[in-house]
Amino acid sequence: MHMADALLSPAVGGTMWAVSAGIIVYCSKKVTDELDERKVPLMGVLGAFLFAAQMINFSIPGTGSSGHLGGGLLLAILLGPHAAFLTIASVLVVQALFFADGGLLALGCNLFNLGYFPAFIAYPLIYRKIAGARPGQLRLSVAAIVAATVGLQLGAFGVVVETASSGISSLPFATFVLFMQPIHLAIGIVEGVVTAAIVSFVHRARPELIGAAARPTVTPGQQSLRKLLLAFLAGAVLTGGLFSWFASKDPDGLEWAIAQVSGEAELKGPEQGMHATLAALQERMAILPDYAFRKTDAGGQGNGGSDGNGDANPESRLGSSVSGIVGGLLALLLAFLIGFLLKRRVHRMPRAGGLS
Amino acid sequence: MASIESMAANFRRLDQFARADTAMHRLDARAKVMATLAFIVVVASFDRYTVAALLPFFIFPIVLAALGKLPTAYVARNVAVAIPFALAIGLFNPLFDQQVLFKLGSIPISAGWISCLSIVVRAVLTLSAALILIGVTGFPAVCEALERLGMPKVLAMQMQFLYRYLFVLIEDTRRSARALELRSCGRSPRLPTVASLIGFLLLRTWQRADRIHMAMLARAYRGDFHSRKVGNFGSGEVAFVAGWLVLFGLLRVYDASQLLGALVGRALP
Repeated sequence: MHMADALLSPAVGGTMWAVSAGIIVYCSKKVTDELDERKVPLMGVLGAFLFAAQMINFSIPGTGSSGHLGGGLLLAILLGPHAAFLTIASVLVVQALFFADGGLLALGCNLFNLGYFPAFIAYPLIYRKIAGARPGQLRLSVAAIVAATVGLQLGAFGVVVETASSGISSLPFATFVLFMQPIHLAIGIVEGVVTAAIVSFVHRARPELIGAAARPTVTPGQQSLRKLLLAFLAGAVLTGGLFSWFASKDPDGLEWAIAQVSGEAELKGPEQGMHATLAALQERMAILPDYAFRKTDAGGQGNGGSDGNGDANPESRLGSSVSGIVGGLLALLLAFLIGFLLKRRVHRMPRAGGLS
Repeated sequence: MASIESMAANFRRLDQFARADTAMHRLDARAKVMATLAFIVVVASFDRYTVAALLPFFIFPIVLAALGKLPTAYVARNVAVAIPFALAIGLFNPLFDQQVLFKLGSIPISAGWISCLSIVVRAVLTLSAALILIGVTGFPAVCEALERLGMPKVLAMQMQFLYRYLFVLIEDTRRSARALELRSCGRSPRLPTVASLIGFLLLRTWQRADRIHMAMLARAYRGDFHSRKVGNFGSGEVAFVAGWLVLFGLLRVYDASQLLGALVGRALP
């Protein structure tokens, strides 16, 4: 599943952008250093291929629903991790811009969830380990299914962590995990089966293609690749954790996760430092003192239970909400009016270029 | 498979819009990319219960679309397609966040419904901004802008390639998918069939890549794409970016909806 802009806070989105940008730079350097010119058009065309292939639906046996190929693992098998990551990146950019899948702020998250996990975890650490150099049909299928499943599980978990640490959705972390992981278990198995079927099809038709483009990138740098990968992962977790801890106004999801990991029930810290500064800034930003949402919001998040404070004077809150709603609708109307006037003006203007 | 066809048609239409020649189209792509990114970050930075303060932000996509002569219906339809995904997650909010914020008449409105609405508004804002950016700039120009803003060249090239062959491959896939559909008598095709269909598609694609590479070498390809338009970042671009940044900043700090509402409230007895 694609992560969406609407569920993301700028801190989490920005952090994941930075992480994914780092991986892109690294992959670009790798691909450029390889100097395999032939790979450039191949990557481009395979990206377009993946895009087109994702449009073909098939029925999933025994469920009555239908699915389509994700393709991250397939690209990694065909191209090797670095080129595959860049190819997936280009597909995701086009999807974000043209088909409103995810969004621009969420691009970093999506790259990490759908690109990094299949290309740098599922492929080198699982698929290659199980499949080995000359896999038979069974081995190849098992490798593809396990790798695709693990890749998608990690990706789904990424979505959950990013959503929870953004604090826009109220879904509790645990519920979201229990909702996402089983679904993606099923999706992962289907993805693995399809990937295995395609790979073995190509293997039968043109055996030299499988791994031909992937081989030179992987064999020499196996050790350093793993080191780098661990470093990236550690860096991502660290920066992600730190940033969202500081900047997220509602750290319940992350808090839960940290509590599970560290065994500590409470996290003290947001009272001072960055969070306090941000809260103060926000307090100052609330120019109109009777803007009720913001006030209850701050009260509610400070101590978890805000019932007493929350229902203190519903009248004034109602007043400010109504004026907010009226004003908001007016602003919307005004925006449309401006758009309408601009459009008429543009249409009436004499055209210089002649191209319309 | 009507969906592939309509998708392809949709895609081509957006590409055509990007070829128009308006003041908005002539603006350097970097300015539009920067303004759009700033817009999305500012919209995302509001807290989860914000709805009214987000509404004034519609000015950005609306003005861009109007100046770029993008049909409103087209943008609305494309954004509407993506809304169910935002709703799917947003609708959990009323379940988990039931604290009553205020009463509208006698109906209690819980915080969850407000934050759900906020998610939908955010989705509409951010998605329409991205779509309009492409509609008034064109994908190749956006790639070029990103490259000039520091994206690695390999990725920029990759994106250009992808875009150039997307139309060809979608057409190819569409034909295969239609042939499959005609032969499967209304049933949804089985997985092994689709796998070998995709396999064939992959083989054809691979051969195409080889041919493309040959053709490129024959035309003295040296690792650069050349484009007809050469943008320069002039005073118009600076004014465009700065103007929007100031407006976003003002709308972020002052809740324009609230001010407007208060003004109307005072004017009316």
